[in-house]
Amino acid sequence: MLHTSKFKNPVVKWIDSRLPIVTLMHHEYVEYPVPKNVNYLWAFGAIAMIMLITMILTGILLAMQYVPNTQLAFDSVERIMRDVNYGWLLRYMHANGASFFFIAVYIHFFRGLYYGSYKYPREIVWLLGIFIILAMMATAFMGYVLPWGQMSLWGATVITNLFSAFPIVGDPIVTWLWGGFSVDNPTLNRFFALHYLLPFVLFGLVLLHTAAFHVVGSNNPLGIEVKGPQDSVPFHPYATVKDLFAVTVFLAIYATFVFFDPNYLGHPDNYIPANPMVTPPHIVPEWYFLPLYAILRAIPDKLGGVCAMFGAVVVLLFLPWIDTSKVRSAVFRPIYRQFFWILVADVILLVFCGANLPDGSWVILGQIGTAYYFFHFLILLPLLGKIEPVPTLPNSISEAVLSKKNKKGSNHAGAAA
Amino acid sequence: MNEIMDRMQRPLWTDCKVLSIVPRHIVSVGLGADKCQRDGELMSETTHPSGAGASGDTAREEASRRDFLYIATAAVGAAGAASVAWPFIHSMNPAADTLALASIEVDLSPITVGQSITVTWRGKPVFIRRRTAEEIAQAQKVDVSSLRDPQADATRAPKPEWLIMVGICTHLGCVPLGQNPADVKGDYNGWFCPCHGSTYDTSGRIRKGPAPKNLEVPKYAFLSDTKVKIG
Repeated sequence: MLHTSKFKNPVVKWIDSRLPIVTLMHHEYVEYPVPKNVNYLWAFGAIAMIMLITMILTGILLAMQYVPNTQLAFDSVERIMRDVNYGWLLRYMHANGASFFFIAVYIHFFRGLYYGSYKYPREIVWLLGIFIILAMMATAFMGYVLPWGQMSLWGATVITNLFSAFPIVGDPIVTWLWGGFSVDNPTLNRFFALHYLLPFVLFGLVLLHTAAFHVVGSNNPLGIEVKGPQDSVPFHPYATVKDLFAVTVFLAIYATFVFFDPNYLGHPDNYIPANPMVTPPHIVPEWYFLPLYAILRAIPDKLGGVCAMFGAVVVLLFLPWIDTSKVRSAVFRPIYRQFFWILVADVILLVFCGANLPDGSWVILGQIGTAYYFFHFLILLPLLGKIEPVPTLPNSISEAVLSKKNKKGSNHAGAAA
Repeated sequence: MNEIMDRMQRPLWTDCKVLSIVPRHIVSVGLGADKCQRDGELMSETTHPSGAGASGDTAREEASRRDFLYIATAAVGAAGAASVAWPFIHSMNPAADTLALASIEVDLSPITVGQSITVTWRGKPVFIRRRTAEEIAQAQKVDVSSLRDPQADATRAPKPEWLIMVGICTHLGCVPLGQNPADVKGDYNGWFCPCHGSTYDTSGRIRKGPAPKNLEVPKYAFLSDTKVKIG
């Protein structure tokens, strides 16, 4: 039995009545009702998607030139930079693209934190989002190893050694990860294979993430549900055009880095070929790992540090249940709103702690930052939901938007009078 | 087990309840299913009185030969998957050629007292130091029980003059400084890891900083007075 397709084009209709993929896409990306009050922060999902596609495309092309062998890897990257047509562009797009992918996803993440996008009924959307961040971290870490510079080798050594902190199973796991007794050719080879694989896993997770929020609907700055057609607009053209503008601005900033300061976010030590006999004096991860690196170093015990670092991400998985407040948006949570900004400041502090050598006041600051991070999630959020005054929420998105507009209108009228 | 056998001896169509959740056109395929459909009406009148309390118990009672087969199939499947998984997982462990490089022989004759060399073993740096009498004395006089990872110098260096150990910090795997005369050696005149500040003494034992263990002493044997086999 054929699917009843509403499309007029005979070819589209023929396909769509047998495989209603056009109907599906039309339903999800044309008709999908977007709350009419979403702001530009809601564009970062689309921006992140564009970055993922950019990474996959440049990555596939780079893989055609790169050689995953310790003897050849460094030189093959230099060959990409010097000899391959537009190789420099592909590599700089890929290296900076990783950073900008993380920028987009981190903004997207903090937007969810501010507007309570993780709360009922979007728990699965949130969980998938955290899995996406985890997959991104694994992918980025392995990608950084591939150029086989000093930071590649020693970053890989430090991070894989984290697993040795676990008693009994630790050392066999590390040997298994390495495929040898140190980070060496087998390690590089498998990291390349996994670095190629994981983005596709990531793509699958993104599809699920999208599918999940298309079931429950997008959250919005007011954090109240869409109650009827007057509260939303169709995805196309409203959201598509708005997203396109945001994507353009974001890509312009990204391009500025790619063309004018492509090594700003990198580390010069990675232009020294890997040498397993010499450790660079200061090993730092890429900026997007710095808060976690600071947490790792804040705990003076090896296993404790590793547990705290993984715990910092795992705690996010429980966020929908940790936060006891029924109010989603921070707009209506005066106390939470302030603590949200303190958390943002705290994470920025941890970035600086992670970037600096762990001595003097940086150790103390890192420990304070780490303690506050866990305090926010484990103590503050469960407590705030109980003590924060319950606000009166607007009756509907439409009503709130219109009353805001009227107020503005009357102000203008007053000024004119 | 008796319970399962008992259920296996019952006629297949006692499974009606299980099948009745499957759409009718699927149920009608196959012999047992046919029988089920025919007798279903009768069964539902006689053994499934509608009403509260009836459903939970009867559903459990009807676990049957079919359930046994499901469980058995799943168990065989899981065992099969596990036995295939092991070769896949093990393929990522060190290969034969990697293991073949597991031991090296080092000629010690050119090393003078107070000199260190670094050799590569299993891709890792190995520190070999011909210690001075002073260093040996320093290492031996330490109260072993006061150490984080208590180990006597005699167990770490059976021939006191020769200290042989893997030059990898036990914290997160950096190579400590202290092999070159110009290097920072730390407060205990041994080795100092620049990554996170672990400090090792003249016996390579952890004295300060985040590392949990002493520098590892690999398995080695002296083939002659000037030749050592590591690994």
